[in-house]
Amino acid sequence: MNIRHHLDDATLMVYAAGSLSEGMSLLVASHIDRCAHCQQRMRQAEAVGGALLEELAPVALAPDALDQVLALLETNAGSPEMQTPVRVRSQDADIPMPLAQYLNKPLDELDWRTLVPGVRQLDLRLGGPGATRLLRIAPGLSVPHHSHRGNELTLILRGSYSDELGRFQAGDVADLDEQISHQPISDSGEDCICLIATDAPLRFSGLMVRLVQPFIGL
Amino acid sequence: MAAVISLFKQAPPVKEEWSACLAGLGQSRDKSEYGRLFQHFAPRVKAYIIRMGMTPANAEELAQEALLSVWRKAHMFDPAKANASTWIFRLARNLCIDRLRREKIQFYELEAEEPDPDDHHAGEHAVLATRMAESIRTLPEAQAQVLYLSYYEGRSHSEIAQAIGIPLGSVKSRLRLGFEKLKQVWGESS
Repeated sequence: MNIRHHLDDATLMVYAAGSLSEGMSLLVASHIDRCAHCQQRMRQAEAVGGALLEELAPVALAPDALDQVLALLETNAGSPEMQTPVRVRSQDADIPMPLAQYLNKPLDELDWRTLVPGVRQLDLRLGGPGATRLLRIAPGLSVPHHSHRGNELTLILRGSYSDELGRFQAGDVADLDEQISHQPISDSGEDCICLIATDAPLRFSGLMVRLVQPFIGL
Repeated sequence: MAAVISLFKQAPPVKEEWSACLAGLGQSRDKSEYGRLFQHFAPRVKAYIIRMGMTPANAEELAQEALLSVWRKAHMFDPAKANASTWIFRLARNLCIDRLRREKIQFYELEAEEPDPDDHHAGEHAVLATRMAESIRTLPEAQAQVLYLSYYEGRSHSEIAQAIGIPLGSVKSRLRLGFEKLKQVWGESS
């Protein structure tokens, strides 16, 4: 996979620190799953965490803490954990492994809801302050011009889009914040399907869109 | 230079020792080795858990659970992929998220048999860890602050922005600048 657009360092760091929401972590894990470049930077960001752990001023445990834990080592509670991370088989080659755990069907068979003609979405309903959804945009169509109050991550799963920042194809991630306003246009022969995670609601520029926004749920 | 060498002889970098100890534990299941690891890491893990927002009583319990997990997973530790501190940091972080937020956050894991271009000898990891610690200590205050708020307190970009009263974009650029400096430890500039 020829990935041209990567995660921002600032995003990778908070991911490694464990401070990203479930939806944004899912998106980051889905990109990293297919991106050797970000895999390496992720290791480095986690090594920062390891170094910081060493820097912390130790806080003493209860005097009998070690004895309590030692007593558990020979019991069931201390038996070695098996190395079997559950790897769900992906239903669709375009669905990265981490996302496959949230979707039980191939992309084309999902329960898409039409927002406006040519634009469909599927909300993953993960909760938290932002939203996590799949968006499916027919060729030639665009999403209304918008900016963001917080961060918006977009991972292309299939097809491609272009906006003010360039062309984004499968595997690419757009890592945007409130300084960026853009209008993506689906620009290949097939639907552009992407995973989008935000940590605050989007902010649309046009009055009409702002009026319908509550109804279409973007 | 001679002074530097003798300094290292007096106080050898401990990180390699802990990685060797953890890797050995996976094979030997030796309780006295485990006790040494416990005495070093448990108080740091507890400090981390308190910073992440747990009460001291809960942090005590969770720190013990984390260290029990170290025993149960030691055989999965691969010193070529990370040093002991980083491995234990990941374990404590995942446990905190699980307990504090009740969310299942996915963290990217390489398959065990998958070759990793980033593999190093345990000795190299020790050198990296020592250089990283030095590098963290020399970060400008503004960059160190966002690093601490993120890693030690689990705060998001916007929470950090709110906490110290700067725009979201500044939080991100401070994190980027800090990471840029720390990455130079691996000998890369961008």
